[in-house]
Amino acid sequence: MSEAVLQSSGEQAVAAAVLRSDRFRLEREGDWQRLDAMVTAMEKGKLRKLSDDDVLALPVLYRNLLSSLSIARESSLDAGLIAYLESLTLRAYFMVYGTRTSLGGWCRSFFGGGLSRAVRAIWPDLLVALAAMVAGAVLGFFLVDADTDWYFRLVPAQFSDVRVPGASREALLSTLFGETDGDGLGVFAAYLFSNNAQVAIMAFALGFAFGVPSILLLVYNMVGLGAMVWLFASRGLAVEFIGWLSIHGTTELLAILLAGAAGLHIGRALGFPGQRSHMAALSQAGRTAAQVMAGVVVMLICAGLLEGFGRQLIQSTAIRYAIGYGILALWLAYFFAFRPRRS
Amino acid sequence: MVRAADLGRTRGRDARLQRTLITPEGVALDVQVASASARAGALLIDLAALFGMYIAFILALVLTVWMFERANLPSIPDSIGGFLVVLFIIGTFLARNAYFLYFELGQRAATWGKRALGIRVAVRDGGRLTAEAVIARNLLRDIELFLPVMFMTSSGIQGSLSEFAAWAGLFWVGSFALFPLLNKDRLRCGDLIAGTWVVQAPKAQLAGLVATGVPENDLIAALPSDRYRFTEAELAVYGEYELQTLEQVLRTANAESMQAVAATICGKIGWTRPIGDERAFLEAYYTQLRARLERGMRFGRRRADKNS
Repeated sequence: MSEAVLQSSGEQAVAAAVLRSDRFRLEREGDWQRLDAMVTAMEKGKLRKLSDDDVLALPVLYRNLLSSLSIARESSLDAGLIAYLESLTLRAYFMVYGTRTSLGGWCRSFFGGGLSRAVRAIWPDLLVALAAMVAGAVLGFFLVDADTDWYFRLVPAQFSDVRVPGASREALLSTLFGETDGDGLGVFAAYLFSNNAQVAIMAFALGFAFGVPSILLLVYNMVGLGAMVWLFASRGLAVEFIGWLSIHGTTELLAILLAGAAGLHIGRALGFPGQRSHMAALSQAGRTAAQVMAGVVVMLICAGLLEGFGRQLIQSTAIRYAIGYGILALWLAYFFAFRPRRS
Repeated sequence: MVRAADLGRTRGRDARLQRTLITPEGVALDVQVASASARAGALLIDLAALFGMYIAFILALVLTVWMFERANLPSIPDSIGGFLVVLFIIGTFLARNAYFLYFELGQRAATWGKRALGIRVAVRDGGRLTAEAVIARNLLRDIELFLPVMFMTSSGIQGSLSEFAAWAGLFWVGSFALFPLLNKDRLRCGDLIAGTWVVQAPKAQLAGLVATGVPENDLIAALPSDRYRFTEAELAVYGEYELQTLEQVLRTANAESMQAVAATICGKIGWTRPIGDERAFLEAYYTQLRARLERGMRFGRRRADKNS
């Protein structure tokens, strides 16, 4: 009843309006306001409160609004009306073309293939980063081999407590096995996670400078490792040391490799954008690299847990190798062999 | 000089921050890039919110421990104590990353700070805002802000912060902070990587018709409704700019300014001033001028202002 009255009063208003552009407006006002109410509800996150009719009408109302705006710009001089249509169109546009996924939905698609695709997409950078890391480790090994003084420059002070050139085999062995008390391991793991995450994020972010600092960071990280391998190898403990390292190191080093490669990917896009503009190349590379980096953070959480709990609790070199390389194989299979069809 | 094509589009904003965004349907929309001060303000609000949540988190942890001791329960086993510390460290890392991710992935694509200042994240090329883009722009925030600040505070507390490192850290943060001022789109490094930008979130109410023709009081209602009729020559003195200024005057409906404008128009076209009936006079003039200009528009003739 009241709706009928309203409609007839609306029709009277249309008939009474002198200007053709005002009649145009009065005829469409209802649709605009309906869309306005829907967009407002969506902005407040009350998508579920919209009725089915509204949801079905949304694309139609949006298209009609776009054509109304185009017509109004060419036929109406009502500045207030055009400003309103402009802003409503922009708001509706943000809704229609806004983020489609929630955080949870994105996680599902990310772990169900998105991460693997992103890692495979940056394979040339993975090779470069791998080469840099191998070169770093070899460099560290041979530098210390040539002159043991290098050791003190290459290995961070926190590791060179008893692990110094000339230490006895027993002293070195005790750093690899022992410390069996479980206290504080969790804290240590969490600390390491936070620390490694920062190294990885750094390697990624420094890709901005054409990737050069990323490579340097990868080399620097591995030089210390190479030096320590030399130290343990000099006392015939290379196998035990690598086992001690592998249990978490395979995951952690792979994560740092991925982070460095992601940084290189960005640096490469900046240096060699190809046919695209620099900005387009950069943002395209950035999105791929960001997915890889989200995976890196997950890997580092795993590595931190393995390091904190696994390394101290598992004392057998054979089991250390089995866990370390088993997990590495899992990661590699997940990244390179896991190819679900795109939904 | 205002171009005719610009009339009817959003006016009165900073022209240097005005951009055009083409929707996939091919319609050009005006967007306003958020100013550097709005960005800084939003960041400060977000940092305050994060800091508040951080404090609340610590208080909750401390309170839990205190309740345990107060209740005379057997002292907390070390494993649980360790677990709480793990929770704390990982929580700190996730909180600052998840806060930005969660809010910028929402429908409004804005954190609390951005909402408060009426700005939001959008994709530069007009496409869909993807989760990857949001992650990319926020990962870079860690490098730009949190890492150097955390590094400096932690080594400052330990007393191992050298003067050189402090200056280097300040330089690092400063150069990233000033980056948005050095490009015209106010892009942060994270925006550059992600292909996003931060724009003003549009908001406007649909105002009523400008000239409703409804009389103000009975006295005026008694007057003949077609008492103001203007000739072509009388309407030809003004263009679109003046029309839209007149629209502003009518929408604001300030009696003094209506009198002044009515006097100016009357002086220009040689009428006597309609004392006490300015609104009806201006509405009539507005309606007839707009009808004339819109008729011209339909034939492809536009007139930007009185001088053209």
